[in-house]
Amino acid sequence: MTIQDNTNKPTGFTTKLHLDKHISRRFNEELEQVRTLVINMGMLVEQQVNDGLSAVLNADEKLAAKVIERDQKVNTMELEIDEYCTQILARRQPAASDLRLLVSVIKSITDLERMGDEAVKFGKNAIKLAKGNFAEEEGARPLVELKHLGKHVSDTLRTALTAYAQMDVETALEIIRNDNIVDEEFDNISRLLVTKMMESPREIKNALRVTWCARALERIGDHTTNLCEYIVYLVEGKDVRHATIEQIKATMKN
Amino acid sequence: MNNTDIKQNELAQVELTETVGNIYANEAKMSIRDANVFYGNKENGGKQAIHNVSLDLAKNQVTALIGPSGCGKSTFLRCLNRMNDTIDICQVTGQFMLDNTDIYAQNLDPVLLRARVGMVFQKPNPFPKSIYDNVAYGARIHGLTNSKTELDEIVETSLQKAGLFNEVKDRLKDPGTGLSGGQQQRLCIARTIAVSPEVILMDEPASALDPIATAIIEELIDELKEKYTIAIVTHSMQQAARVSQHTAYFHMGKLVEMGKTEDIFTCPSHKLTENYITGRFG
Repeated sequence: MTIQDNTNKPTGFTTKLHLDKHISRRFNEELEQVRTLVINMGMLVEQQVNDGLSAVLNADEKLAAKVIERDQKVNTMELEIDEYCTQILARRQPAASDLRLLVSVIKSITDLERMGDEAVKFGKNAIKLAKGNFAEEEGARPLVELKHLGKHVSDTLRTALTAYAQMDVETALEIIRNDNIVDEEFDNISRLLVTKMMESPREIKNALRVTWCARALERIGDHTTNLCEYIVYLVEGKDVRHATIEQIKATMKN
Repeated sequence: MNNTDIKQNELAQVELTETVGNIYANEAKMSIRDANVFYGNKENGGKQAIHNVSLDLAKNQVTALIGPSGCGKSTFLRCLNRMNDTIDICQVTGQFMLDNTDIYAQNLDPVLLRARVGMVFQKPNPFPKSIYDNVAYGARIHGLTNSKTELDEIVETSLQKAGLFNEVKDRLKDPGTGLSGGQQQRLCIARTIAVSPEVILMDEPASALDPIATAIIEELIDELKEKYTIAIVTHSMQQAARVSQHTAYFHMGKLVEMGKTEDIFTCPSHKLTENYITGRFG
């Protein structure tokens, strides 16, 4: 296992679970390292999402190509972190909060990688949309809506990643609670695009592409919610997946 | 200041009040309430080794007692079959019930109690006798049988239950001390089983064994719990996690937390438990 330099920790990096309090200093370093790697991966995915979105909105083929290319890096990071976690599990047999940290990391990076894949979809659609000149004429209105949804999803992702770094359960729960906002906005865009398709059938192809982008945003929103569920599991030891807000509230009280 | 120093100091600062978690079992084989153990007289500078410990041992289940060295887990275990009686300066108070019997009652013979509550120690301690005689010993002194055939049967079934019979069936007359460490430990378990106990206490039964012999003992513990109630003291947290259904964490003579093993090792409630099982110091 190689220990990388930990000095460049992302801002707001806290160790609420006392990850630095093990008798084995090496174990402290390994857990810190895992967290740093995940947060770095998170930042890269966030950038991918933002760039992908921006490529769609600005019909920027170059940026789109860059997003597609950079996805390889996201994939590599997933494999690297997975391997790192496997090593720690095998060598340290962690328990309690350490175990929860690793389980949550292994799950989180799957979601992060999927978000990366969604960003690639932006890239691919952006290239096609740019070729179809959609942004300039027919697509203006749906793209404004897409921009709006995109900003919301991207902001939520950033908040979730910060919450992950700070092990902030309150914020995580807030995000889980607000998940339906994305779903509603997605419905709005779909409706708008269906109208567009009926009005001008020759734009169906492009309208569908925008739909797929909106769909990708909606998926990113779902993955962000998953991340937040892992934060709750990590800090509180409570599994809040597949639970309604009321159920979550009830478990948190116990 | 090295890490160990910090460990001692910081842990000492955490105040211990009541046991957290659940000390009660649905069906308790043994119930201990307010156990206190003193070495020597308190007035004469004696030391209290166990402070107000209450817990249940669930019937036909394995309860693991864990905690750092000197936390009192072995002392507590030894109270359960009155092994501490053999130490003159040791005083035990509190209520120790085995089913509905008070095991510290005046009229109760400790020797008979120890047949009901058997014990296996850290270091295998077979008698310097043959394998057969080691197992037959308890049955003989307790007069469990009169005939040779019955005794043969007890020896065979005990060795079988301890998972040793197939390895030693052709050399029952050989000395027990000639077996390997793991086999000796299983011989001691067979010797304990031979007198049909109800509870088996194990004080680090596998800490002197290699991983294979340890795995065999752990497998055996899992089988034995079908018939017996088991309490095991272990320094290996992984072992406690593997073999037990309930875990009790001791710290400085107090029972800090008790609960289902599955909860203790994924999400313990007390900071001290968390620190201990994750190897933290503060």
